Amino acid sequence: MTGNDLPHQFGAVVIGASAGGVQALRVLLASLPRGFKPPVFIVQHISSDRPSTLPELFGNVCALPVLEAEDKQPIRSGTVVFAPPDYHLLVESRETLALSIDEPVKFSRPSIDVLFESAAAVFDEELLAILLTGASSDGSEGMALVRRAGGKAWVQCPSEAVASTMPESALALAGADAVLRLQDMCDRLQGGLK
Amino acid sequence: MDEAAELFDLELRLLLDAVYLRYHYDFRGYALSSLRRRVRHAMARFECARVSDLQHRIIHEPAFFAEAIQYFTVQVSEMFRDPAYFRALREEVVPVLTTYPSIKVWVAGCSSGEEVWSLAILLAEEGLLERSMIYATDINPDALAKAERGTYRTERVAQFSRNYVAAGGRGSLSDYYTSVYGNAAFDRRLTRQVVFADHSLATDSVFSEVHLVSCRNVLIYFNRALQDRAVGLFSDALVRKGFLGLGSKESLQFGAHAEKFEPFASLQRIYQRKGL
Repeated sequence: MTGNDLPHQFGAVVIGASAGGVQALRVLLASLPRGFKPPVFIVQHISSDRPSTLPELFGNVCALPVLEAEDKQPIRSGTVVFAPPDYHLLVESRETLALSIDEPVKFSRPSIDVLFESAAAVFDEELLAILLTGASSDGSEGMALVRRAGGKAWVQCPSEAVASTMPESALALAGADAVLRLQDMCDRLQGGLK
Repeated sequence: MDEAAELFDLELRLLLDAVYLRYHYDFRGYALSSLRRRVRHAMARFECARVSDLQHRIIHEPAFFAEAIQYFTVQVSEMFRDPAYFRALREEVVPVLTTYPSIKVWVAGCSSGEEVWSLAILLAEEGLLERSMIYATDINPDALAKAERGTYRTERVAQFSRNYVAAGGRGSLSDYYTSVYGNAAFDRRLTRQVVFADHSLATDSVFSEVHLVSCRNVLIYFNRALQDRAVGLFSDALVRKGFLGLGSKESLQFGAHAEKFEPFASLQRIYQRKGL
C-alpha cells in the first residue's frame, strides 16, 4: 500500500449501503479507531416514515461521534455523519454539508449516487468511497464519478454481501480499486493507526 | 480538482451571472452541490454538451429559459409533510394566533403549493381562516400557477391523507377535494384568503408584517449568505413574538440571526421572534 492509500490520510470517506447494510456498517464502524482523521459520510437506505435511529444504533459501537446531518452542518474531522431519512445528503464544500429534497434517485432518498457525486466534485482524488451490500443499483454511477475524479473505490465482495446486486452493479459500471471482504476493509481502515 | 470539473464550475458561475443579468433571477447564492446536479440534468435533458451551450440558448431564447428554470427551482413537497410540524402549529402556535384580531401568514418559497393548502385547511379547521391572510410566494411562475390551481395527482393523495391524519386533522382530507380525471381538485374556498405572488428571497424585500412565516426546505438550497438574507427578511417581517417554521433538518444555529429568535417547538423547528 502506498502512503497515499492509508485511509486516515484521505480528505473524506463516503459509504453507501442498502439491504443488509445495518449489520455491515456495525462491523465497519466498530473498526474505526479513535484518531481516525477523515470525516465519514454515510447513506444507508431506510424507510422514510419513521424517525431515524441510526445515530443511536451506531453511537455505542463506534469510537467516533456519530450524528445525523443538519442542513449546512460544518464538516468535522473524525466524525461520522448519516443522511437523514427522506433527504439527500450532499457535500457542499470542504467545510460544509448540504441537504436536498430533490426527487428520489433510483427510488431512493437519500441516494448514494447523490452523495458520492457531490463528494467527488469537492474532494477529487482525496476521496475514499465504499459501497456495501444492497439490492439496488444506487451508488454505481456515483462510484464511476468518484473514480473519474481520481478518488479510490472499495466495493464489498459480492459473494459476502447479504444482497449482492449493489456491489455487482457498481463493479460492472465503475469497477473498483479493491473488492474486499468486510474484515479486510476494517483492517485497511485501521492501517497505520493500530 | 481535475480540469473538467474546474471548467464545469467556471461555466456554472458564468451561467448564473448570465441568468441574473438577462432575466434578474438570482441563483448566485444557491448551494453549489444541488445546482451542479440540476444543471447536469438540464444539460442531459436539453442535449447540451457544455454548460455554455445551455447558457447560449438561455440567453437567446426566453421561452427556453422558462422551461429551463424549472430545473433550477422546482421542489416537490407533500401536503402536511412532517405531520409533527403541522400538529405543533395546531396545538401550540394556533392558540397564540387566536389572540390576534387578524392573522397574516407568509409561506415563503411555496413551490407548487402543497403547504399552502395544508395551512389553509388547518386554519379553517381551527376557525381562523376567515380572519387570516396567507401570502404564498415563489420565484417560479409555473409553480405559482400550479399552487393556485390546487390540483394534485390522485396517486399522491393517499400519502397526503396519511399525513393529514397524523397531523391531527379533524375530519377526512377527502372533505376538501373532489376527484376529477385522475386529479384531486381542492376546494377553492380554501384559498379565497390566499394571495399568490412572485417574490424572491434573494432580491426582493419585506412586503408586509406577518405573524407566522413558514419556509420549509427552501433554505437548504441556499448558501449561508443567502440563508442569512432570507432569515433577515423573515425577522423584519415578523411581529414581536411572531413564529418562524423551518424544515425538519433546517435550523438557525449556524446563521447570523440566531440571537433574534428563540426555540418555540424545537423538535419541530418552530422559532419565535424575540421581543425587542
